[in-house]
Amino acid sequence: MSNKLIVSLSPHEKGDLSVEKVMWGVVIALMPSFAISVYTFGFDAIKVVLLSVIFCMGVEFIIQKFMLKSDVTVFDGSAVITGLLLAFNVPSNIPWWQLLAGAVVAIGISKMAFGGLGKNPFNPALVGRAFMLASFPVEMTTWPVPFSNIWSPAADAVTAATPLGRLAEGGVKALGTMTDPPVQAIDYMDLFIGKIGGSLGEISAAAILIGGIYMLFKKIITWHIPVFYLLSLAGFSGVLWLIDPTKYADPVFHLLAGGAMLGAWFMATDMVTSPMSVKGQIIFAVFGGLLCGAIRIFGSYPEGCSYSILIMNAFVPLIDKYSKPKRFGKEVNYG
Amino acid sequence: MKLKTFKMGGVHPPENKKTADIAVVNVDIPKKVSVTLSQHLGVPAAPVVEKGAKVKVGTLIGEAKGFISANIHSPVSGTVFKVDGVTDATGYRKDSVIINVEGDEWEEKIDRSEELVKDIKLSPEEIIQRIKDCGIVGMGGAAFPTHVKYMFPEGKTADTLVVNGVECEPYLTSDHRVMLEHPDEILVGVSIMMKAGKVDKAMIGVESNKPDAIELLTKKAKDYPGVEIVPLKVQYPQGAEKQLIKALLNREIPSGKLPLDVGCIVNNIGTALAIYEAVQKNKPLIERVITLTGKGLKKGGNFLVRIGTPAKSMLDKLGEEIPGDTGKLISGGPMMGKAVNNLDIPVTKGTSGIVLMSENEASRNKIQNCIRCSKCVSVCPMGLEPYLLEKLAEKDMFDECEAEGIVDCIECGSCSYTCPSSRQLLDHIRYGKQNVMRIMRERRQQ
Repeated sequence: MSNKLIVSLSPHEKGDLSVEKVMWGVVIALMPSFAISVYTFGFDAIKVVLLSVIFCMGVEFIIQKFMLKSDVTVFDGSAVITGLLLAFNVPSNIPWWQLLAGAVVAIGISKMAFGGLGKNPFNPALVGRAFMLASFPVEMTTWPVPFSNIWSPAADAVTAATPLGRLAEGGVKALGTMTDPPVQAIDYMDLFIGKIGGSLGEISAAAILIGGIYMLFKKIITWHIPVFYLLSLAGFSGVLWLIDPTKYADPVFHLLAGGAMLGAWFMATDMVTSPMSVKGQIIFAVFGGLLCGAIRIFGSYPEGCSYSILIMNAFVPLIDKYSKPKRFGKEVNYG
Repeated sequence: MKLKTFKMGGVHPPENKKTADIAVVNVDIPKKVSVTLSQHLGVPAAPVVEKGAKVKVGTLIGEAKGFISANIHSPVSGTVFKVDGVTDATGYRKDSVIINVEGDEWEEKIDRSEELVKDIKLSPEEIIQRIKDCGIVGMGGAAFPTHVKYMFPEGKTADTLVVNGVECEPYLTSDHRVMLEHPDEILVGVSIMMKAGKVDKAMIGVESNKPDAIELLTKKAKDYPGVEIVPLKVQYPQGAEKQLIKALLNREIPSGKLPLDVGCIVNNIGTALAIYEAVQKNKPLIERVITLTGKGLKKGGNFLVRIGTPAKSMLDKLGEEIPGDTGKLISGGPMMGKAVNNLDIPVTKGTSGIVLMSENEASRNKIQNCIRCSKCVSVCPMGLEPYLLEKLAEKDMFDECEAEGIVDCIECGSCSYTCPSSRQLLDHIRYGKQNVMRIMRERRQQ
């Protein structure tokens, strides 16, 4: 017998969850979306995703190793998630240096400056995206047409507006769901599967759902945030659609188009930047969905998902303070 | 059928109940026993024997002092060697009666026959007195003097007796074996408790991972009016009294209150057996069933051990050594037990098991940043926010700890167990809780 017995306090049993398992689980859940983006955008998708992940891990490594001189934890998977999500939020023809700038802001400012893993109030990938959208508005809003010259990196991509862009520019008529104007109609099945252009990871609601269900199954996330976020977005846009279907797009369109699915399943559920109690998570998701709808429909940006989540991130400490879980033995009275 | 359980929080650690099928065997009486005088919650018993006194099995050697205290009886026959401090599982030196064993002679008043006595002749008051005289304490681990639970304060009554056959701790199988080997005695014991508590309903909660015990007890319980066996979904910490009452009766004990406040008396299944023996056989609590187990042991087992016997005697009985890679010895279960640094500690009335863990299992993982995954919040059976309590306690913010309900913490360890960042939440919460309780005491005194 070794004479070094451990005498510590209970519990002596430890669960098999770890930060790494949680983070790499999310990475696995993002793989279907990655596959669809490669299928749709080809070589560019691989390039952007790889560069983004390398940049994010690199920035974290450099900061931890040389600036903070602390333990290097780039392999815990969290920087990989940020890299993947950042790449999923940009068009596939984004220049590499803009991606690098996005990664520096996402990891360097949004995450490490606040103290690293677990300390960041805002979702790093979304901060990176918001920074890129403000700094490089042209490149960030010019999306290549899917399946065009996708395996020839030298060719100039043909670009087209996304469905949400078309909606913001030309109203419901531009979507072609109404029979009157002679524009090509957007088929919802195409939108669901991912045949219609957009940012890398956003295009396929189906792939995102597969990843989301995987995370639910693995108990990485609970259903409350994605379901309430999407319900609230659908409810908000649905009410307006019922009031005037010639002016407002229908809720199914809002759910399938743009970043709502990716945001609801992968960004709003980010543990670090979402509330702790179920009650709080529901408040967070409902208001996030409302904000997303409001920005899309009444704002000047075509897409409101990322801002809605960032704004709700800011409210998380407040939500945590006022949405305590129900305590055992409180508010009960037996005569 | 959907099994009952408590609704809020809970975890399901690997059960590892590998000794569940091993019948209880008697451990040889050692040459010397150390019987500590504070095996129970409350005031230690006062020794009533001196060096050189001759004792028999069942002779009173320590007398209860104060309201919450329990008698101690000699578990062996022989001569008192001395009364001295002995280190027990708590790590403290406690006054103990050390007895040199000579033979195995029992007090005459104890009925040692195997015959089942079903007739309950004593009145409720006499039963409670007998429970007190025989030094019966809760056998689940906390060792709260049992008679106190039946002495209701003015105006309080109970309607249900809750018997804890849950054994939600991983590894441990002593209660399981007791249920399988002494079902009739337990059921008579439960009937005695019902009489003492003046209730006509008893519920025995057993988790569904013990189907044989559920089946056997259910079959036998038909002859005992008012006794119901309730299978429960396996979930830790179902053996905690608040969670058990919630699971069985859907009653919620208000914060800071006791089971009696919702009309319940809660006792362990092992206590039911001890009460049967005390009331029907006049046998004091001098021995109990203990599980010795661990992944590193070839076999492990369940043993009937005299109180005061060194824990090591069970290993000797097995013919095994402590495995070479052992990193931790636990007195009790792996979720709430106490780590000890040797197996010479004497077993007490509250020792339910000894678990050996390898260094790998026992060592703690590196602590990482909290990733706010909210797992600790979702597993807390008391609806607390462990991540927040940890931070508040760490910063000595005790007023805030109190406001956040830290005193409600039952120290089940589900939060630390679950935390993916391996944060030792319960360590900090205990520190905060102790301080808050001290502050509350001081406030009351003013």
